Amino acid sequence: MSTSSWLVVLGAFLASAVEAVEALTIVLGVGIVRGWRSTLIGSGAAAAVLAVLVAALGPALTVIPISALRIVVGALLLAFGLQWLRKAILRASGYKALHDEDEAFAREREQAAAAGNEQKAGLDWYAFTVSFKGVLLEGLEVVFIVIGFGSAQNQLGLAALGAAVAVVVVIAAGVLARGPLSRVPENAIKFGVGLLLTSFGCFWAAEGIGVDWPGNDLSLVGVIAFFGASSFLYVRGLRRQRGRLVPLGAES
Amino acid sequence: MKYVKSFGLFWWNFIVGDDWQVAAGVAVALLLTWGLVAAGANPWWLLPVAVVLLLGWSLYRASREAAS
Repeated sequence: MSTSSWLVVLGAFLASAVEAVEALTIVLGVGIVRGWRSTLIGSGAAAAVLAVLVAALGPALTVIPISALRIVVGALLLAFGLQWLRKAILRASGYKALHDEDEAFAREREQAAAAGNEQKAGLDWYAFTVSFKGVLLEGLEVVFIVIGFGSAQNQLGLAALGAAVAVVVVIAAGVLARGPLSRVPENAIKFGVGLLLTSFGCFWAAEGIGVDWPGNDLSLVGVIAFFGASSFLYVRGLRRQRGRLVPLGAES
Repeated sequence: MKYVKSFGLFWWNFIVGDDWQVAAGVAVALLLTWGLVAAGANPWWLLPVAVVLLLGWSLYRASREAAS
């Protein structure tokens, strides 16, 4: 397997893991308060919709010529990846609050306890819809990444496998921990995913247009290093700037 | 009509997100790269440099907004 194939699997695994952690918090919060039957049916239904999307859209994209596909997928991944990277840099430098799974879990439980008790089709409708929407919305980003990575690199199966393994690992960890996975370094993972999405997007979009990368696939590693070093410098610069604005100890 | 608008808005937020200027900048950089390739050049460096500059510009504006 080539370096870029390993990076595709890694990107799909990390993106899926971080979104699965957030989905797990929602499902746990609802399931503990409202009961597991409707919550798990809602989560399962959303997972089935996501699997159908990958199975239908992935192979359909393979009929598009690879250069056109790489321009479109590359441009979309680039715009999408820059969002992840931008937010991760702002969080790492203190300009944006870190995502707190414990707080999200407490909020989810509070809302689940306060919601009404509407029954539809033999289901607790609140538990079903909240878990369905939570898993679907968190999963859509993963589907987008899996289809994008998989189709442009012609490795849809590998990308889907990487994402599926991450979901299994996160569910297993959640069962063992019996609570939200608040110790997972979410921002560091999002930083890594943003870096991979942006780098692959840049590489494929330019290649699709007709650019010849020096060193071919090896230059992908160079692009990742360039974006990684630049992001690191941005974090340092922003931290320094923030330190001048907010003196140490003034935040508490 | 409401659903079409919601659908469009969802995808706009999904792809473009908080800073449309970054997405617009990426589109301009891709067009420039395409133009140079069509003219016979091999501007492999253009897109990575444009991405880093766009990211820096976006972060600069976001940090100023957060500080004010």
